[in-house]
Amino acid sequence: MALLKITSPHVHGTNSTSRVMAKVALACAPGIMALTLWFGFGSLCNIILCIGFCLSFEAIALKLRQRDVRFFLSDFSAVVTALLLGIALPPFAPWWLIAIGSFFSIVVAKQLYGGLGFNPFNPAMVGYVVLLISFPVEMTTWLPAMANSQGLGTIEGLAQVFAGHAFTSLDAYTGATPLDIVKQNSSAVLSDLYQQQSVFKNSHFAGTGWEWVNLAFLGGGIYLLWRKIFTWHAPISMLGTLAVLSALFYDGGSSSSPGSPLLHLFSGGTMLGAFFIVTDPVTSAVSNKGRVVYGIGIGALVFVIRAWGNYPDAIAFSVLLMNFAAPFIDYYTQPRTYGHVKKPGKPSQK
Amino acid sequence: MSDFAIILLSTVLVNNFVLVQFLGLCPFMGVSNKLETAIGMSSATTFVLTLASICSYMVHAWILEPLGLTYLKTISFILVIAAVVQFAKMFIEKTSPLLYRVLGVFLPLITTNCAVLGVALQNTNKVHNFYESAIYGFGAAVGFSLVLILFAAMRERLAVADVPVPFKGAAIGMITAGLMSLAFMGFAGLV
Repeated sequence: MALLKITSPHVHGTNSTSRVMAKVALACAPGIMALTLWFGFGSLCNIILCIGFCLSFEAIALKLRQRDVRFFLSDFSAVVTALLLGIALPPFAPWWLIAIGSFFSIVVAKQLYGGLGFNPFNPAMVGYVVLLISFPVEMTTWLPAMANSQGLGTIEGLAQVFAGHAFTSLDAYTGATPLDIVKQNSSAVLSDLYQQQSVFKNSHFAGTGWEWVNLAFLGGGIYLLWRKIFTWHAPISMLGTLAVLSALFYDGGSSSSPGSPLLHLFSGGTMLGAFFIVTDPVTSAVSNKGRVVYGIGIGALVFVIRAWGNYPDAIAFSVLLMNFAAPFIDYYTQPRTYGHVKKPGKPSQK
Repeated sequence: MSDFAIILLSTVLVNNFVLVQFLGLCPFMGVSNKLETAIGMSSATTFVLTLASICSYMVHAWILEPLGLTYLKTISFILVIAAVVQFAKMFIEKTSPLLYRVLGVFLPLITTNCAVLGVALQNTNKVHNFYESAIYGFGAAVGFSLVLILFAAMRERLAVADVPVPFKGAAIGMITAGLMSLAFMGFAGLV
């Protein structure tokens, strides 16, 4: 009988990059379904185009860098980037907008830095911010939630994506998002605003459709938390900071109020950001303590820019700003290594 | 008091000298390879920038304007900055020889930091008074230090990344600075 010598570890973890990425993609599904249900199939259209462009750019970049194309494509990281970018873009975004966004996400923000694991900035958010600054008009025409009844038809939607114009004027369909309306508002009290504006019609707390989309992403995030894909530190501290700040500055709904805590938590991209973007293991801080600081920073920046800045939503900007600060946070939050005494106030030697 | 807070917020974040106005890029790219030197450089620049802003205000308001010599402001500001840098150099040499050795050649190079001259000239353009000039110089220095230190921490990480050969070193640094500048656009409209 041959005696096989096997060294430890004897129990292998089954987690690999592609499995983690597949779980993240799966957890996006309820959110995407809610988006489709409330805003029509525009987001689906975005996502399919994004996946196509992102995979092609990734393949080209890997080929140019002389890496194993098949191996790196099958880790699904480009697919997750494409999903997040597609969700973040306004429905029925023109195809060239998606192409430019995918190029900046995959080629500039990821492959130029050496691919997955080396990118200091979240790729999807880089693509989104580049587009938001370069094409503000295209990036801010959101369709209002219509629950399918009067949404764009298939042909009209595709014409909008590929030809750049719909047959009926799109202006009849597009409208401001709830956060945008609260931001632009200077005269009406919030409770009046909720009754006048159609984006708040039949809504319970954060705008028609938006609250359901955010609840769906919250559900997906809780699934990932349960599967231990990420720790609770970053998302919870981000949401907590946002809730505390918006509660502190909420004055009961006067015309100059920046909106209620519930509006801030469940409108715009808050839940998508908190569970799918802030938790990115590559670009966030590494230690648990660092992640708390990182999350608090994002929450505070989101509220500051939403309340006093030019932009109605600020997840992308805040994430990029804190990505920028993450290496510095890591430097000062290095956990004590086992067997070493912690020197007070000094980062331990590497 | 709120005026001062607005000037501070504006210079540190909204109109950051490095990432929004693109001044002082040479030390930003040059001294950001290691976090420790970046921190030393930031403190030295903060000292010089605040002092130079105050001194150039005094020279402009109390010497050049009464004598009608404002066309000499650029050259006299350069002189003032060089003197302040020399003073800072002597000061640091006497008080902290260690920091002096660490900073080395970068200390006299603050003279050629265009952010320092930029602050002095913008003070006269914006007709700031004495206190506003001081706050403006200090805010510019804090903004400069903030991005320099964060950028240095990031570059230590980029140094070990598998960056494609044509983009190694300064090239990927410039791309990173560009992306950071994009992120700073988010502060637009805060003040």
